[in-house]
Amino acid sequence: MTAPNGKTGRLAFRNARLIEPASGLDIKGGLLVENGRIADIGPRLFNDAEPRDPEIIDCRGLVLTPGLIDCRVFTGEPGSEHRESLASASEAAAAGGVTTIVTMPNTNPVIDEPSLVDFIRRRAQATAKVNVAPMAALTQRLAGETMTEIGLLKEAGAVAFTDGDRTVANARVMRRALSYAATFDALVVGHAEDPELVEGAATTESEFATRLGLPAGPALAEAIIVERDIRLVELTGARYHFGQISTRAALDAIAAAKQRGLPITCGVSAHHLLLNELDVGAYYTFRKVKPPLRAEADRAAMVEGVANGTIDVIVSSHEPQGADTKRQTFASAAFGAVGLETLLPAALSLHHNGEAQLIRILAALTTAPAKLLGLPAGSLTKGAAADLTLIDIEEPFAVDERALHSRARNTAFEGRKFQGRAHMTFVGGECVYSAPLSPPRGQAR
Amino acid sequence: MTSPSLPPILKTSHLLGIEGLSVPEVTGLLDLGESYVAQSRAANKKAALLKGRTLINLFFEASTRTQSSFELAGKRLGADVLNMSVKTSSVSKGETLIDTASTLNAMRPDILVVRHQDSGAAELLSRKLDCSVINAGDGAHEHPTQALLDALTIRRRLGRIEGLTVAICGDILHSRVARSNIRLLAMLGAQVRLIAPRTLLPCEAERFGVEIFTDMKQGLAGVDIVMMLRLQLERMTGAFVPSTREYFRFYGLDREKLRHAKPGVLVMHPGPMNRGVEIASDIADDLEVSVIAEQVEMGVAIRMAVLDALARGMT
Repeated sequence: MTAPNGKTGRLAFRNARLIEPASGLDIKGGLLVENGRIADIGPRLFNDAEPRDPEIIDCRGLVLTPGLIDCRVFTGEPGSEHRESLASASEAAAAGGVTTIVTMPNTNPVIDEPSLVDFIRRRAQATAKVNVAPMAALTQRLAGETMTEIGLLKEAGAVAFTDGDRTVANARVMRRALSYAATFDALVVGHAEDPELVEGAATTESEFATRLGLPAGPALAEAIIVERDIRLVELTGARYHFGQISTRAALDAIAAAKQRGLPITCGVSAHHLLLNELDVGAYYTFRKVKPPLRAEADRAAMVEGVANGTIDVIVSSHEPQGADTKRQTFASAAFGAVGLETLLPAALSLHHNGEAQLIRILAALTTAPAKLLGLPAGSLTKGAAADLTLIDIEEPFAVDERALHSRARNTAFEGRKFQGRAHMTFVGGECVYSAPLSPPRGQAR
Repeated sequence: MTSPSLPPILKTSHLLGIEGLSVPEVTGLLDLGESYVAQSRAANKKAALLKGRTLINLFFEASTRTQSSFELAGKRLGADVLNMSVKTSSVSKGETLIDTASTLNAMRPDILVVRHQDSGAAELLSRKLDCSVINAGDGAHEHPTQALLDALTIRRRLGRIEGLTVAICGDILHSRVARSNIRLLAMLGAQVRLIAPRTLLPCEAERFGVEIFTDMKQGLAGVDIVMMLRLQLERMTGAFVPSTREYFRFYGLDREKLRHAKPGVLVMHPGPMNRGVEIASDIADDLEVSVIAEQVEMGVAIRMAVLDALARGMT
């Protein structure tokens, strides 16, 4: 199928299953795009009379949702473009149905200067197929010592502030950074792992780690920081998002904090929803992620958290690594796995397993991240930007790293059989990815 | 030399803070300060009110402005003024504050003016010494003569304090000037606003009966007076504020932000100023709005008034 062009500025979707998590909408109908924005939506749109000029896409009952927003994407630009550039990450995103990537600041140099936020935005505009929303560092050089210019960075376009996969160890620094961020109503995204407790650790402490003889850190390293930061949020009033959690203890603490009305949210990565510590298997470095894969009970807790809404967003935690960093012994290998192209299929598995409602899963990939970051995205309302993803939620396929679009191929899901994936992706009404609409059922690609 | 015909102004023999003063005491001091403005502008500035009295300036923190202001005030009233330099005294050799106090007490001064980096230092000395103690700034607690001179400056310019809206901006957390001013202005019926990033606001600040703003333009809307506070250099490099350029962008007083204040707004600063950090140079130098130089003049007058008032209680 060829990509519809935007020459006429009009594009019509008919015969779609329209799902908008924000309003709970789940209907059969049509959607009209004009000049990059949603012009009309409704159950009877294009049923009888078809509009004269626009290009028509017959969705054949597939799901049309707001484009996915991935809140946790590491790229290598600037500094490590050989692993991933904004352009290559955007290719992967488009293929995964992701229309907005929220980038991490731990590049080289670290995004801790207003001019660097500007650089990311300009580079993205010039080279990326999807929207790029940059996060900036919370502390200068991610050193955990001195807060960044949160006011100026926010003005430059930083959507949130984070030290990436580093925890600000010093509670006094964290308190002041949160307090300062609250001044500007800025969102802080934290990583919860006590750095001293997990110093040198490659995996989570367990019988399995002991048998493998791997250096390991206790799972409670996460809950300790979660508990600390909840208290600091209570003190400072800052808006705080735990970028990704992985343990039952953290989930329970966050659920209690939400109950108390604190401005706290959290995310989970697809890895921690589908894999547990045993998946490390025979020292499989592509499954060395940060935080590490946890016990099965913790994994099940993550699924439960998504289902009941305690976990707000699902992220890919896309982290490209090359042969240089992954073809190592497990202890020496770098953390991280790519995930932009498996985010949606992985999340949909919760639906197929009967573990979470489809609309809830889609909310965690669209509406919730949009609201969290204040992005003008994640809805199907008239006037909204036409960032759309057409999803075949049934189509089975197996992950093949050779078919990935990202520059790095370190997927933790190689060979895994999934059901459901993006078929077409639109950013501002323009098709940025399209796959054959009717592949033979049951055939792995 | 104490004139029995002069009515008492202060009920206590010390001036440790604005806290504890009554409205009549404050207005008494302001009225008296007014008369000393005239005396200080006369060719003969000298009076004999404190003739034979000894005033000791004991400054544990360097302060050219306050120390010389007290020195001038004392000399203009005829007192013998001794500036104790802490650097060369036994304090820097490890003597405790109380030992310093007893040493000083033995010298039989009449008035001790003390500036100390720790809150409560003036109060401690007042309990150990037989003379009158004036707090010239203790830690982040009080700086009563600064608040009094600010009030005198405002009253002379606008004729009143009651009903005015005053915004105090900047490092409230570490500021004794802010604490004394909040107390004094509230006592005299002004509406006080605090404007600062949250890192520079003390805990429970709203309990002082003030309005709190983190957005400077909102905070300045319709105010009659803007009091800028000095941001110490060591506090603008990351611990409380990320950088001076960010601070100036959001909390530095410039034309654009000042436009939100009431027409005819007056800008004050206790000095010394950081130009381009908390205040733009063109505002500091604009005599239409800046009363910073006038504050210094009122400083000498109000300190003469305080010395006079304390002397009235001496036997």
